[in-house]
Amino acid sequence: MNNLSRRKLIGTGLAATAGAAGLGVAARLAQKYGLVPPDHGGIFGLGETLTYASQRLLTSHSLAREFSHSQISKPPLANEMAPLPDVFKRLQAGGFADWRLSIDGLVDRPASFSLAQLKSYPSRSHITMIQCEEGWSYIAEWIGVPLHHVLDAVGVQPHARYVVYFSIDKYWWDSIDMADAAHPQTFLAYGMNGDELPVGNGGPLRMRVPRQLGYKNVKFITHLTVTDSLKRFGKGLGSASPESGYAWYAGI
Amino acid sequence: MAELESVGAPLAASVPAPASSVPAATIPSRHFLLVRVTHWITTFCFLALLVTGTEIVISHPRFYWGETGNVLTTPLFKLHIPSSRALVPSGYGYVLPDQNGWSRYLHFQSAWIVVLTGLLYVLYAFFTGHLRKNLLPAKSDLSLRAFWTAIAKNLRFRRPPAAEAWSYNLLQRLAYLFVIFVLFPLVIWTGLAMSPAFVSAFPVAVNSLGGQQSARTLHFFVSLALVLFLLVHVAMVFLAGFWSRTRAMITGRAATTTPTEHP
Repeated sequence: MNNLSRRKLIGTGLAATAGAAGLGVAARLAQKYGLVPPDHGGIFGLGETLTYASQRLLTSHSLAREFSHSQISKPPLANEMAPLPDVFKRLQAGGFADWRLSIDGLVDRPASFSLAQLKSYPSRSHITMIQCEEGWSYIAEWIGVPLHHVLDAVGVQPHARYVVYFSIDKYWWDSIDMADAAHPQTFLAYGMNGDELPVGNGGPLRMRVPRQLGYKNVKFITHLTVTDSLKRFGKGLGSASPESGYAWYAGI
Repeated sequence: MAELESVGAPLAASVPAPASSVPAATIPSRHFLLVRVTHWITTFCFLALLVTGTEIVISHPRFYWGETGNVLTTPLFKLHIPSSRALVPSGYGYVLPDQNGWSRYLHFQSAWIVVLTGLLYVLYAFFTGHLRKNLLPAKSDLSLRAFWTAIAKNLRFRRPPAAEAWSYNLLQRLAYLFVIFVLFPLVIWTGLAMSPAFVSAFPVAVNSLGGQQSARTLHFFVSLALVLFLLVHVAMVFLAGFWSRTRAMITGRAATTTPTEHP
């Protein structure tokens, strides 16, 4: 072994050690500052972690683009849907008067709200785009109560990290981190284009997360849980989406 | 770094001469190690992006201009292929299986790897002179006449002389520069312009393109341009001698025994 190759070998060894140590430190820092998504395991973990960490560093507080009234898509598209459960049809027959939204988990005052109670909070609206991961999109005016108002009402505990939300269709649930949950444009939406939210678009109550793709905007919300860990929910991947192959973080 | 400084006209002295008498080992590298490694990482990522991108398009093979578009609006154009979603009126009586989940995971992971690889390559090209020596055309080649001569030469579809195996010709240089500094940045930009979170922080990325659906349509066309480059590139490799050129890009060894003087 001549000098050059020995020097090269030592240099490569040092670089590899430094690289591995650097990655280790980076992984711990990322974990500490909440830059690791729940579906970080497996072969696509690298890409998902890079995407989520970059978005959290760059876009935590940025606002989704808003549009003018003239840009609202007419008619609004209602995506195809799985058949609704009987319990939904019974509530629908009663004009959703008995629809309840329950909130538990890391909150000081677990509570259950009727739609009327949610509507008694200051109503907000924004004209934003909903984008399906398939490629299509539409713009609508979304009316509702900002999620953070409701979370403030029940008193979120300081170590909360995620809000998990469940549809009346029990196979459909998802979660967002506190950056999106506390975001001013994240709504529990009950209205659309100046009217009630149509069932086809998620009425009577839909989670509206305008900085993420359509599938994070779960329809027919009945239950929220505030938590510090997603491990106990389903397969621990953060939502039903990764269980069927789709990324948990859909801000891309 | 000394032995790496020699792509075009390598100096025999800069090459470590092993004691063995294997003649091939005395031939200097045609391509730097970093160029070879980034070339193949890019190749695999591009193929992954192409397959998964096609898969994503199949879920909605319609393209629009402006901010929004869906099955209720008029498309700019549509691809006459079956779709993986029943929502899309494709004209076919069946729906393809939904493969969007892993396709999207792999698309973004490959995008990350190819972007980081590309950055490494560009930094390397700037700081080692690879860009100046091997990619930017020589001053003498910067005339319309040189350009037409190069095109005429290429159109004869003859195997290039052995001497050409040691440097990129004018058209190659222009094509590579266009891919590296125009098509790749455009495909990254139009891709990011479709991300709802990214454009919340940088709305100009999508507003300047005319809207989110315009960005999607442009992303499709830039991808087509990259596929066109890939086809021509592979055709040229075949023309020049597939095994010798491919081996040069894998092992670094060119087919010719002695590199001739490079202008």
